[in-house]
Amino acid sequence: MKYVDEFRDPRKADRLLREIRALAGHIAVCRTRPLQIMEVCGGHTHAIFKWGLEGLLPDAVELVHGPGCPVCVLPMGRVDDCVALAEHANVVLATFGDAIRVPGSKKSLLQAKADGADVRIVYSPLDALKIARQNPGKEVVFFALGFETTMPSTAFTVLQAEREGIRNFSLLCNHITIIATIKAILDSPELTLDGFLGPGHVSMVIGTGPYRFIPEHYQKPVVVAGFEPLDILQSLAMVLRQLAENRRMVENQYRRVVPEDGNGPALAAIARVFELREFFEWRGLGSIDHSGVRVRESYARFDAERRFALPGLKIADPKACQCGEVLKGVIKPWQCKVFGGACTPETPLGALMVSSEGACAAYYNYGGGRRRPERAGVPRPAGGL
Amino acid sequence: MMRRPRREVRDTRVTLAHGSGGKAMHDLIEDVFAGVFDNAALDPLEDQARLPLADLAAQGDRLAFTTDSYVVDPLFFPGGDVGRLAVAGTVNDLAVGGAVPLYLSCAVIAEEGLDIAMLRRVARSMRDTADEAGVKVVTGDTKVVPRGAADKLFVNTAGIGVIPAGVSIAAGRARPGDAILVNGTLGDHGTAILQQRADLGLAARIASDCRPLNGLVAALLAACPDVHCLRDATRGGVATVLNEFAGASGRCLRVVERELPVADEVRGVCELLGLDPLYVANEGKLVAIVPGADADRALAAMRSHPAGRDAAIIGEVVDEPAETVLLQTPFGGARILDMLVGEQLPRIC
Repeated sequence: MKYVDEFRDPRKADRLLREIRALAGHIAVCRTRPLQIMEVCGGHTHAIFKWGLEGLLPDAVELVHGPGCPVCVLPMGRVDDCVALAEHANVVLATFGDAIRVPGSKKSLLQAKADGADVRIVYSPLDALKIARQNPGKEVVFFALGFETTMPSTAFTVLQAEREGIRNFSLLCNHITIIATIKAILDSPELTLDGFLGPGHVSMVIGTGPYRFIPEHYQKPVVVAGFEPLDILQSLAMVLRQLAENRRMVENQYRRVVPEDGNGPALAAIARVFELREFFEWRGLGSIDHSGVRVRESYARFDAERRFALPGLKIADPKACQCGEVLKGVIKPWQCKVFGGACTPETPLGALMVSSEGACAAYYNYGGGRRRPERAGVPRPAGGL
Repeated sequence: MMRRPRREVRDTRVTLAHGSGGKAMHDLIEDVFAGVFDNAALDPLEDQARLPLADLAAQGDRLAFTTDSYVVDPLFFPGGDVGRLAVAGTVNDLAVGGAVPLYLSCAVIAEEGLDIAMLRRVARSMRDTADEAGVKVVTGDTKVVPRGAADKLFVNTAGIGVIPAGVSIAAGRARPGDAILVNGTLGDHGTAILQQRADLGLAARIASDCRPLNGLVAALLAACPDVHCLRDATRGGVATVLNEFAGASGRCLRVVERELPVADEVRGVCELLGLDPLYVANEGKLVAIVPGADADRALAAMRSHPAGRDAAIIGEVVDEPAETVLLQTPFGGARILDMLVGEQLPRIC
């Protein structure tokens, strides 16, 4: 058992697709528009495109690609803060790889690096701590990003730094929480969603309990899903079965990874180091209450926001961007006015074109199978489509 | 004629004096490079190699000429080093044009303070790889720059080869019905380097596939003289080469994901880091497009050569959609395999 191939078996996929078609056919009888199911997590979006799953679904089922790409939803002002930090003469800025290309209002971290800033790619916040240990004369700042998935490793790193008495390490905290965001989407007046694929890795930390308000208050089914193609297809079938049987509940397809109660020690570390912000600004979605966390007062010396003077400016999203409507499933990526024209993966205007997990970038790069947008008139990148 | 004894380097580290044009530089060149490469064209140590035209003309009707610089970090990695890379890379750039590679140059830019023993190891590795490929290093240059002005050692090689009459390989020649082949597992080099560089603490033992491919190309051309397209899949990986072929020929290259050979260890590391082996660099892999009728013969010829044991037919050329690489997933879905925008970066979650 390699824990990979087993979840990519085409014959099993075929059985699941038959089931999805049958269920969708059954539900569609009394409907005028397709069922819209949102995969909240960018990892799901990426997998759906990578495996060409969307093109295999019946017309009655539409996937809406949610806001769960922490790189995509990072507002420009926060990137600017990070660039300003990186440009401090004595600062080493450590970041995850895919944050390095995110455009700020003037430049990305990659451009700042080319201009002489000391920006280093790390695979874990512990690597950033190691850099701090090796460079006691420098201030090492970790660009902390992500949902509850990456929050525990950041929290444990802070606790480790505290234990070791390291004084030249801090973080620029941009961690965000998924629940407040799902709620904001559900409260949107334009909402047309019928169900959710819940994020697998976030749930590994928080468990499945926090999603109960979705069936209870909004009467929408939620299935916490894994990231392999069979995980995603099975989870879709489970959502459809709930709809067909008129049930609304939280189900856990990703049991091999997600415990119902989440991960206790991880949650405890998060609670010890972080506290909720009153609100946090999202690229594409605007300000959402209680959707971000900051470092608690008791760990202030590890908080770059407190230790350094930052510009802290709010930069409005470009007016032409329709990321918010795409995120809520109101329009498809290619229906956005700037998709493929002014906004491409090389020159992203909007949040969703920024990272490979963003819905627009995925559509642009992978073509989206059967429902591929018309690309006539779309300028082609040099050397190929 | 009496040969005077070769000069020897006594220092253990490269200093600026070794690039100054004086005695120290001559010691270094003779001891570390000329003594190792040792061949008749190099031996007089003139400012240029002199190559008999008649020998070249006897082997074909066109010269192929190419150059490449090698700046890999770390200099030594599992499966190779910058020297092996510098010879194999330039040999391969000649070979995939159908040329028989013959002569190379070797120019090094060394950072002040570089360990001379390390330089020797690189030079020996270059000689061994040149021997393996049947080419000679016939001219060279040495520069030393102050500490910090270069990262340890940069190597440039240029190469000359001869293209036999009748061989006509070009990216634009892909035709509907042609078969697409690769000569083995994808992504080995890039993953090996990444693992060394990133200090990931993973237990996987992945060696670079760095090797000269001229022998393999000769075997392929002997079995299938009408090879349409041939390119080595270095930076940007196989996906990039496929896109270059699709763009130049205006055709669609349909690739079947299930047929792509990827070593289990490479797949594991790529899964963990969120990388796609199709975009990861190789240094001993090529993509060949041959007429459909020749596909089996080409595959058998590749597989009978040590550099092509895991060769596979990975897809075919069709007409539509034009200028596109389509990847067929195991579930019957398809997606566009595009050129990479920027660098491939690990995803955070």
